[in-house]
Amino acid sequence: MHDKVDVLIIGSGASGAAVAWSLAETRMRILCLEQGDWVKPTDYPSNGRDWEARLFSDFAVNPNRRARPTDYPINDDNSPIKVVNFNGVGGSTIMYTAHFPRLHPSDFKVRTLDGVADDWPIDYATLEPFFAENDRMMGVSGLAGDPAYPPKQPPMPPLPLGKSGARFGKAMNQLGWHWWPSDSTIATVDYEGRARCINLGHCTPGCAQGAKASTDITYWPHAIRAGVELRTRCRVREITIDEHGMASGVIYYDADGKEQFQAAEVVIVACNGVGTPRLMLNSVSAKFPNGIANSSGLVGKNLMFHPYALTYGYVDEPLDGNRGPPLCLWSQEFYETDPKRDFVRGYTFQFGRGVGAIMEAIVSSAAGRLPWGEDHHRVYRKLLNHRIGLSAICEDLPEEHNRVTLDPDLKDSSGIPAPKLEYTISANSRRMMEHGIARAREILTAAGAGNIAVESPILNGGWHLLGTARMGTDPGRSVVNEWGRCHDVKNLFIVDGSIWVTSGGVNPTSTIQALALYIADSIKQRLANLFD
Amino acid sequence: MPNHHLTAAEIRDFRALAGMVIPASDTYRVPGADDELIFNDILNSLERDHDDIRRALAHLAALAGGAFADLDPQRRIEVAAAFRDASGAPLAALVRVVLLCYYRDDRVMRSLGLEPRAPFPKGHVVEQGDWSLLDPVRARPPMYRLVE
Repeated sequence: MHDKVDVLIIGSGASGAAVAWSLAETRMRILCLEQGDWVKPTDYPSNGRDWEARLFSDFAVNPNRRARPTDYPINDDNSPIKVVNFNGVGGSTIMYTAHFPRLHPSDFKVRTLDGVADDWPIDYATLEPFFAENDRMMGVSGLAGDPAYPPKQPPMPPLPLGKSGARFGKAMNQLGWHWWPSDSTIATVDYEGRARCINLGHCTPGCAQGAKASTDITYWPHAIRAGVELRTRCRVREITIDEHGMASGVIYYDADGKEQFQAAEVVIVACNGVGTPRLMLNSVSAKFPNGIANSSGLVGKNLMFHPYALTYGYVDEPLDGNRGPPLCLWSQEFYETDPKRDFVRGYTFQFGRGVGAIMEAIVSSAAGRLPWGEDHHRVYRKLLNHRIGLSAICEDLPEEHNRVTLDPDLKDSSGIPAPKLEYTISANSRRMMEHGIARAREILTAAGAGNIAVESPILNGGWHLLGTARMGTDPGRSVVNEWGRCHDVKNLFIVDGSIWVTSGGVNPTSTIQALALYIADSIKQRLANLFD
Repeated sequence: MPNHHLTAAEIRDFRALAGMVIPASDTYRVPGADDELIFNDILNSLERDHDDIRRALAHLAALAGGAFADLDPQRRIEVAAAFRDASGAPLAALVRVVLLCYYRDDRVMRSLGLEPRAPFPKGHVVEQGDWSLLDPVRARPPMYRLVE
């Protein structure tokens, strides 16, 4: 039994870290429980000669493959897209590409504008100051003036174009299509104690240089200095309630596997769009037999992923390969709904620089491009560092049959039931992906690429876990209200991607964190009557 | 202590197959994947794929009707082709570990013009590029939808 805390945050990733830092100024007693460990800079793969190999072992993007003691298994057999995450201080900001677009103003009003799904109960303008604050805290590189967005000012200059980016830029200009240097949380100059990027080129599984912003090196040092306690290797089993139906705390397993209870006045869940519904569905009581705060029946439903359609080809000159951050440009040419197309909503193109020597060999071998035998060497030399590719990040609309439930048999190493996914790609998303592939072929052809290939959807492409505890003003149609508080439990908040109403067509971390800061601010504004 | 549980027969077949997947080349002055140093690295790197690789080798032996390594060269080519055509996760795992270890060998990397080193701390140089390429995009009017 531990002393009761004022605020208990579950999960130390993108949103948990942001909310912890923001609430720290209240001087409340704040505790964060994280099931993983701190990751040291020397742990990251780019420190060693086996840097590419570790993407298939202890830094695999899929938790089932990675299978660290701190991971939990996910039954994703019934999903064509597999989950990508990381469990540790920093959460999945350890394991992301640092591509940092915001949602667009139109993303918050899809029902009004396009007659599909639901509007969000908040808008872009509400989040704008929190986007800017988060950009400062995470350290965003980019370039002001993008016509695809309302004005914004990234605090650092953009990532270099490089050979690949310049080739794409020329191709997009030839086609007359929008492109722009990406906002990225990779430091291009020394920034707030972080060293600038030196183009290690292997950003996704963590940055040995510390140039990539993960919340263990951005928000957490500030939050801890301000008095927040972060307790690692603590795996929460369930959120408990008291006789009044309020959250009373959590039961968790500590590093030794010992069951513990932590009491709290306020509980904030920040476990991502799969981990959060899993925890809530595991939190069963007489009042909430179907999971805590689930009177709507929507906890776990409306899972959205962003199906990725990857198209790539090969040019006749060596490009950047794995040198440099893998993503440097985006295009929003096909982002907004166009009634002339056979789908609603749209997608972002993210342009890739290239891949490493081993990844090229593995992918090309699997695709049948790389022969066995004597000709292997000649063909490989035509492929290595000659790849150029781009992905369409397609907006996934909410559908209740896409969902997270509890697996009846599969459990993690603490015996806690594991999540099970049921997910299909909708007809609208498929048409969008086909559109993206066709446009990508045009771009690659304009860029001088041949030998064009497609991976759609990207199998291990479930980076974005959204929608499974949606936000809204109607308790019958949503799980949390317009400032993140559960309709059913007035001292229980959710701040991660679960609360998204729709997914937009961009990488979500920027908006997830802006939302977390907005919810923290809402809590601070209401401290005197938070539970009314 | 070996970092695997393959039998001597499985190791012989595996090495023979690795040498067929990537043979040595005089033209490019590189060893094959059956090179002693590279193949030892392969054997020590099976970890999460260990069981799949054993399944793949069992399939290879079944296709060969015995020891793949003992087949004559022409028959080996036929069996290897059938083995590759069968595809599946075990085959993918086996080929992956061969490629993982081959393309981090110093001799192979040097032949490709790559420095045999970790990315950190030296990093790489990426050219800044010509930002005037953005001028036509800068000239575009706002393209996001306004929401009232």
